[in-house]
Amino acid sequence: MLRLHPFRYHRPGTVGEATELLANFGAEAMPIAGGTDLMPNMKHRLFTPGHLVSLNRIAALRGIHLDAAGARLRIGATETLADIASNPLVQQRLPALATAAGLVAGPQLRNMGTIGGNICLDTRCTYYNQTEFWRAALGYCLKKNGTVCHVTRVGKKCVAAHSADTPPVLIALGATLVLAGALGTREMAANDFFVADGIRNTRRAHGEVLAEIRIPLAGPRRRSAYRKLRQRGSIDFPLLSVAVVCDFDESGAVERIRGVVSALGARPRLLSGWDGIAVGSALDNGVIDALAERAHAQCRPLENAIVDAEWRRAMVPVQVRRALREVAVLPPKGVSAMRPAR
Amino acid sequence: MEVVRLRVNGDERACGVPAHYTLLETLRYGLGLTGSKQGCDKGDCGACTVIVDGRAVLSCITPVWEAEGRGVRTVEGLGRGTEPHPVQDEFDLNGAAQCGFCTPGILCSAVAFLERNPSPDRDRIRAALAGNLCRCTGYEKIYDAVEAAAARLRDR
Ligand SMILES: Cc1cc2nc3c(=O)[nH]c(=O)nc-3n(C[C@H](O)[C@H](O)[C@H](O)COP(=O)(O)OP(=O)(O)OC[C@H]3O[C@@H](n4cnc5c(N)ncnc54)[C@H](O)[C@@H]3O)c2cc1C
Ligand code: SF4
Ligand code: FES
Ligand code: FES
Repeated sequence: MLRLHPFRYHRPGTVGEATELLANFGAEAMPIAGGTDLMPNMKHRLFTPGHLVSLNRIAALRGIHLDAAGARLRIGATETLADIASNPLVQQRLPALATAAGLVAGPQLRNMGTIGGNICLDTRCTYYNQTEFWRAALGYCLKKNGTVCHVTRVGKKCVAAHSADTPPVLIALGATLVLAGALGTREMAANDFFVADGIRNTRRAHGEVLAEIRIPLAGPRRRSAYRKLRQRGSIDFPLLSVAVVCDFDESGAVERIRGVVSALGARPRLLSGWDGIAVGSALDNGVIDALAERAHAQCRPLENAIVDAEWRRAMVPVQVRRALREVAVLPPKGVSAMRPAR
Repeated sequence: MEVVRLRVNGDERACGVPAHYTLLETLRYGLGLTGSKQGCDKGDCGACTVIVDGRAVLSCITPVWEAEGRGVRTVEGLGRGTEPHPVQDEFDLNGAAQCGFCTPGILCSAVAFLERNPSPDRDRIRAALAGNLCRCTGYEKIYDAVEAAAARLRDR
């Protein structure tokens, strides 16, 4: 039995009321959407807000639709992962997003969990996502109540892992996020939203609400893929995730390519140097190997998850190659009957 | 204490609860509906699964206020009177329950799933029950039971 601490529960009907409540109660208040991240974290006493501001009765935070020009898909922040994964527009126009949303946790959690909560998910670490009792026994850690990091042992920086499935895809697709605060709204590239600080890894100001996700659409020559490595295919968080988005020209050569690797450090990593390797070439096995090698060189996981960091690192080029083969529609090399690592 | 109003298994119920209660705590300790189980109590195991507005959700991490004004169904409300739901009946006939701790949650996941997907194949049944842990049965008999129940519900 894990009891919650006492709090008051607010159910505003508009974004304005929500941001006002958050502003009034300041550091004492937190927004809650599906609660699938925050409720377990509160049961572990990682957060003990005196006021919860529910976003679930705000109609303006829902909806999945094309904008007027048909150039972008707009998704309200409290749309559930289940509804996004099964939405025909998302499946047709942004298949990698449908895949990523459909690979989050298990079915009940996708019925409850929202895309906004997924984007604002707290970072995770073996030494952090534990009960109060467990953490107290270890003397806590830098991210919460303590002074040392049990992963780096020396550093003064928390390296807990960004563990959400949809942000790598959103970054690769060039999505933007709309944030509403008591003083107005602002729009920010998804890639700029995250910072490499495991304690608080987003630029969301305390009283701000993530209201909407806007995703630019491309023509039929864009292909995308999402791959996720996890222990149990039924429910677990990613140990490593890879999103790839590639635009091809008429001849079938790469026009533009973006790759994102995540679940290793505090923020998703937009890979550098990929355009230089691939643009103008076909996405053949040689180019794929070069891109995978480039990804490998940029990713150095630490011991922040329950599996060996060296193994996770070795899996980076493997998963990147598989994602790239999906995008290139090449037969998987050396893998028979390949199934996504669910 | 505050009063929360819930529609549980078709009945309008009112119950005094602390504001920080979960839906599971309200069902079990406020309304005496102890069918829904408190397993991990933090979203990992599925033992607390109930159906809210037609969807399987985890009541141990649902703030009780989120269930107000919605239809809640628990294992107690699946059958009609003394008549078990076909999924319950097939669990019995197929030996799909051993210790039974996971059973109420799995029944709720299965019923919500079959109401939306009357003709699922075995892989889809497996995926639909992926959020429910069972330490006893090895799952195969559970899938057998859900498959048989799906056929019976289609013939009704
Ligand atoms: C067993 C288990 C397995 C899981 N597996 C995965 C997994 O594989 N992949 C994965 O990505 N996640 C996983 N999760 C985490 C979680 O279910 C999802 O990430 C979900 O999308 C979180 O959304 P939510 O609406 O429930 O967030 P909440 O818990 O409501 O909120 C999460 C955080 O974001 C803030 N927040 C929420 N919405 C907003 C908003 N609109 N604006 C501002 N702040 C906001 C909250 O204050 C809180 O800090 C798992 C959870 C559990 C319990
Ligand atoms: S990375 Fe270090 S500081 Fe951060 S949660 Fe883990 S142990 Fe704590
Ligand atoms: S008791 Fe709710 S998921 Fe385990
Ligand atoms: S029957 Fe014992 S856990 Fe499933």
